[in-house]
Amino acid sequence: MNVATNPRQLVANDDGEPALVSEFLAADRREPVVHFTGVAKKFGTQTILDKVDLTLRQGEFVALLGASGSGKTTLLRILAGLDQANEGDLRVAPNRSVVFQEHRLLPFRRAWRNVLLGTRFGRNARAVAEKALAEVGLAAKANSWPKHLSGGEAQRVALARALVRAPALLLLDEPFAALDALTRIRMHALVEALWAEHKPAVLIVTHDVDEAILLADRILVLKDGRFSLDIDVSPALVRNRKAQEDAAEDVNHLKHRLLSELGVSTGAQIQ
Amino acid sequence: MSTVVLQTLETTPQRELVPLRWYAPRNVVRFLLPVAALAAWQTGSATGLIQSQTLPSPTEVARTFVELFDTGDLQAAMPASLARAGAGLFLGLLIGIAFGLINGLSRFAEEIFDSTFQIVRLVPFIALVPLFIIWFGIGEEPKIILITLACVFPAYLNTYAGVRNVDSRLVEAARTFGLSPLQITFQVLLPAALPSVLVGVRYSMGISLLALIVAEQTNSRAGIGYLIFVASGAMRIDMVVACVLIYAALGIVIDLVMRLIEKSALPWR
Ligand SMILES: Nc1ncnc2c1ncn2[C@@H]1O[C@H](COP(=O)(O)OP(=O)(O)OP(=O)(O)O)[C@@H](O)[C@H]1O
Ligand SMILES: [Mg+2]
Repeated sequence: MNVATNPRQLVANDDGEPALVSEFLAADRREPVVHFTGVAKKFGTQTILDKVDLTLRQGEFVALLGASGSGKTTLLRILAGLDQANEGDLRVAPNRSVVFQEHRLLPFRRAWRNVLLGTRFGRNARAVAEKALAEVGLAAKANSWPKHLSGGEAQRVALARALVRAPALLLLDEPFAALDALTRIRMHALVEALWAEHKPAVLIVTHDVDEAILLADRILVLKDGRFSLDIDVSPALVRNRKAQEDAAEDVNHLKHRLLSELGVSTGAQIQ
Repeated sequence: MSTVVLQTLETTPQRELVPLRWYAPRNVVRFLLPVAALAAWQTGSATGLIQSQTLPSPTEVARTFVELFDTGDLQAAMPASLARAGAGLFLGLLIGIAFGLINGLSRFAEEIFDSTFQIVRLVPFIALVPLFIIWFGIGEEPKIILITLACVFPAYLNTYAGVRNVDSRLVEAARTFGLSPLQITFQVLLPAALPSVLVGVRYSMGISLLALIVAEQTNSRAGIGYLIFVASGAMRIDMVVACVLIYAALGIVIDLVMRLIEKSALPWR
């Protein structure tokens, strides 16, 4: 089997064989949660998005890579409704939530009340919040003030807060960047489990190529205002650590391709 | 090879977090200096170092308190003073906090009001006393208006700054969770600004006392300031000192009250 990297539009794998028809249909039946056509964004004379098209479908787990300053956060903010694009046709599912690099918990609300921010669960709200916190392993901290949470814990509360409203689209802007390596590994597993449970479409911005390969089933690279790369991780490898270890060569190939796209020379030979 | 002399680090046994009792060492230490000052004062008076005509001894002042109480002067003065300070403080806080919120929340309101507020703020309120007497007579109104005016600005400035300085990232997060501007105001901006508002309230309370003293020393017919006026006319220094001590006690009470309010209103700090 060859590498995991199909140009998405073709829906064919690298062997040149057409993908299974059923797979093709399955992929297509999922409703889009994001549909951008010709979206442009500039800051002054700097072009951040140069008439890009982008479609994300239900349940997709997409990693967005790009050099620093390439406009990943800007794209995410447009998707979140915090910034506006200058032109283009933008359609986005209304129920979407964001986890930022910092937790952004309200310091004057206990953890469980932070989870409920802006929700209307009525009488059983507290139970809903506690269940969401239990899912991120923080049932015991429901009553804590954000000030008394560690960085990783606060970020997990932010994750629970994002998921409790069952978003169709979950936007994550380098959510683990400020965490230590061990906590980050735990967070990967957690995000994966939460995604498997709730199946939102996920767009995760990251600087970490390994993180992208480990978590995503599709990887985008933003460069010079366009998606210079839009590739699917081969289904056999997606979120499968064992398979990824076994197919180390394929994974490395993918990694080098991403890194060279990001302008990092790895010095390794790409087959 | 050089020798390394290891340093021994101290250890502390784990301590239970028990609430501090009033007689805990930390609290007792607080009273050390005031008590020492009192003792020095008493000793100074007893040895004749401090003349009774300059500063009566603590025991004399205590006797004066009893006298003030027996004649009923104290009971008459306290409510009058407290009502004045309370009314002025209440109005001042109302105006100051309201405008602080409005100007903090709305750019438009800020452009209309803020520069005017900043100009009026720079006028020392004490300079307005003669004007107020001409305008409002010598009744209660000029006194309460003076206290109100003095209390407006600390409340205004701190509330305004509190609202303006709320972390915009929190507001953004709230927006992504679909909160309306009104919900953001009540669920994010106001609670986040509360610590700053309370700082304003604390300052206003202090200023209200200051304004009370100024207001009461002119044309009062009741209140602690009036007592001072009468006492100084009668050369009763002990009574003047007693009244000054009452003002000081009020200041301490204000401080304690604010500590309690802050503790219960801001448990997350
Ligand atoms: N409000 C703004 N005004 C002007 N320029 C901006 C603004 N926000 C972002 N930019 C510019 O747009 C470019 C893209 O910024 P953005 O934050 O989207 O990058 P990024 O890909 O998220 O970078 P990083 O990986 O470092 O987080 C940067 O050059 C930045 O300076
Ligand atoms: Mg960014």
